[in-house]
Amino acid sequence: MIWNETKECMSRDELENLQGARLVKLVDRVYHNVEYYRKKMQAVGLLPGDIRGIGDLDKLPFTTKDDLRATYPFGLFAVPLSQITRVHASSGTTGKATVVGYTRHDIDVWSECVARCITMAGLGKSDVIQVAYGYGLFTGGLGAHYGVEKMGATVVPMSTGNTKKLVTMMVDFGVTGIMCTPSYLLHIAEVIDEMGVRDKIRLRASINGAEPWTEKMRRQIEERLGIHSHDIYGLSEVMGPGVAADCSFHRGLHIQEDHFLPEVVDQHTLKPLRDGMTGELVISTLTKEGLPLIRYRTKDLTSIDHTPCECGRTTARLARFTGRTDDMLIIRGVNVFPSQVEAALLEMAGTTPHYLMIVDRVDNLDTLEVQVEMQEGFFSDEIRGLENLSGRIAHGIQQAIGLAVKVKLVEPKSLERSDGKSRHVIDKRTFD
Amino acid sequence: MFVKQLSVFIENREGRLEQVTRVLADENVNILSLSMADTTEYGVLRMIVSDPEKARAALCAEGFSAMLTDVLAVRLEDRVGELHRMTHILCALGLNVEYMYALASSGKRAMIVKASDGEAAAKAVTDGGLALYGNEEMCR
Repeated sequence: MIWNETKECMSRDELENLQGARLVKLVDRVYHNVEYYRKKMQAVGLLPGDIRGIGDLDKLPFTTKDDLRATYPFGLFAVPLSQITRVHASSGTTGKATVVGYTRHDIDVWSECVARCITMAGLGKSDVIQVAYGYGLFTGGLGAHYGVEKMGATVVPMSTGNTKKLVTMMVDFGVTGIMCTPSYLLHIAEVIDEMGVRDKIRLRASINGAEPWTEKMRRQIEERLGIHSHDIYGLSEVMGPGVAADCSFHRGLHIQEDHFLPEVVDQHTLKPLRDGMTGELVISTLTKEGLPLIRYRTKDLTSIDHTPCECGRTTARLARFTGRTDDMLIIRGVNVFPSQVEAALLEMAGTTPHYLMIVDRVDNLDTLEVQVEMQEGFFSDEIRGLENLSGRIAHGIQQAIGLAVKVKLVEPKSLERSDGKSRHVIDKRTFD
Repeated sequence: MFVKQLSVFIENREGRLEQVTRVLADENVNILSLSMADTTEYGVLRMIVSDPEKARAALCAEGFSAMLTDVLAVRLEDRVGELHRMTHILCALGLNVEYMYALASSGKRAMIVKASDGEAAAKAVTDGGLALYGNEEMCR
């Protein structure tokens, strides 16, 4: 099934004309409504009239997370706050969040995109779908929720946390679809087995995203639960989940090209790469009103494929994401930067102690341990003093990143240093 | 009034305790008493040694976290009820014992005590008729 055949199956010519027309309007809108963009364009001697179609895209300057930070919180919004109906926020690298704003129309478009993705996974109006992403500032929960409602299925807003309750409801409500992170779904599968209710589950499809995973892990989910599993992609700056998803042929993620214009560029030279070559994904939001982004560098690595898909959709497909161009980690679906941990430690200790983040996956749930070297002023001859210290550090980091963390105190100079700088992250997860 | 206790942070991993004792042996530092407080991940080694300053400097130079802590060394006779005499004095004044351990070395017999309020505890036990070892006396 295809949710919006008109838009998802247009001929490439038609689509590119539509994208061109929307791009022209977008550039005109941001030039006149957002001072920051106007100055950026003026700095390179660009006027809105210079952009006549998607062929002129590479004349435009890139936008990065730094631009969002520089204009925190609402500086890049292209409409007055009275027209913003919702904000979401994601973690920034230095403690300050990245804030995104949506108009009512933006929320409609977002819901439409998610509805397309759910349809791609073979789910329809008569399905009962659990949304087990976190609800709140994170775009996952509410984004998925609105998509299910738009599509017309029954949504069960589980959020995350109580897995046994989730499984009980899955059985009692006859849940047929679930949206959550892939690692959480594997954890749910374990709980299903522990509770011995495998034969009472009616689940037939899952839509998983918000963290890196592999094709092998997708197959594992399918075999373990006897369902179809689909990959969904999105990032809060651009919209949230639903920017792209894979269809039943699993040959990459169809990007909603009538709303998001993708490019893949070399992460160092920033020159566009041809189809099949891996580089940084860059997205221009063609229809967004609240926070339009021009050539936004996602820092996600992928490649693009414009060839037609057997499913009938003509939208380009993004290859499974292979990593990031920065040091951002995704832990239980939450974006975490080592610099946030560093800032939290600095705030507590006055100096930055050497630290090491160890990310692991235990029973399919991500764990984060932060080892902190003992230093002058930390040490106490009393165990209680040391336990208070590690508790305080854990609390401080938790406040900064929004994730529970285990803090382990280690001896001075016991953490590895290379070239004078210490190595700050060990990610033991294999994503398989 | 107080004696200097050497406190050392050590992770629970192979060979760490051995390294501490080696450093002390190399520096010709004698250990008069020792107690180990441990958690699953690390321990705090508390020691009364013949030269706490030198021991601390040597351990820090070897990369250990080591510090000196003021504790009481309460002289106790080797007889029934002697420890109770001390704990009773502290308890009556509402003073908590954070930790304690025994010392019996080169003719000295004492309970090493870290109290919630060191000054008050020192006064209480001496007022109560017990004697304290001083640092000079202990390290001599």
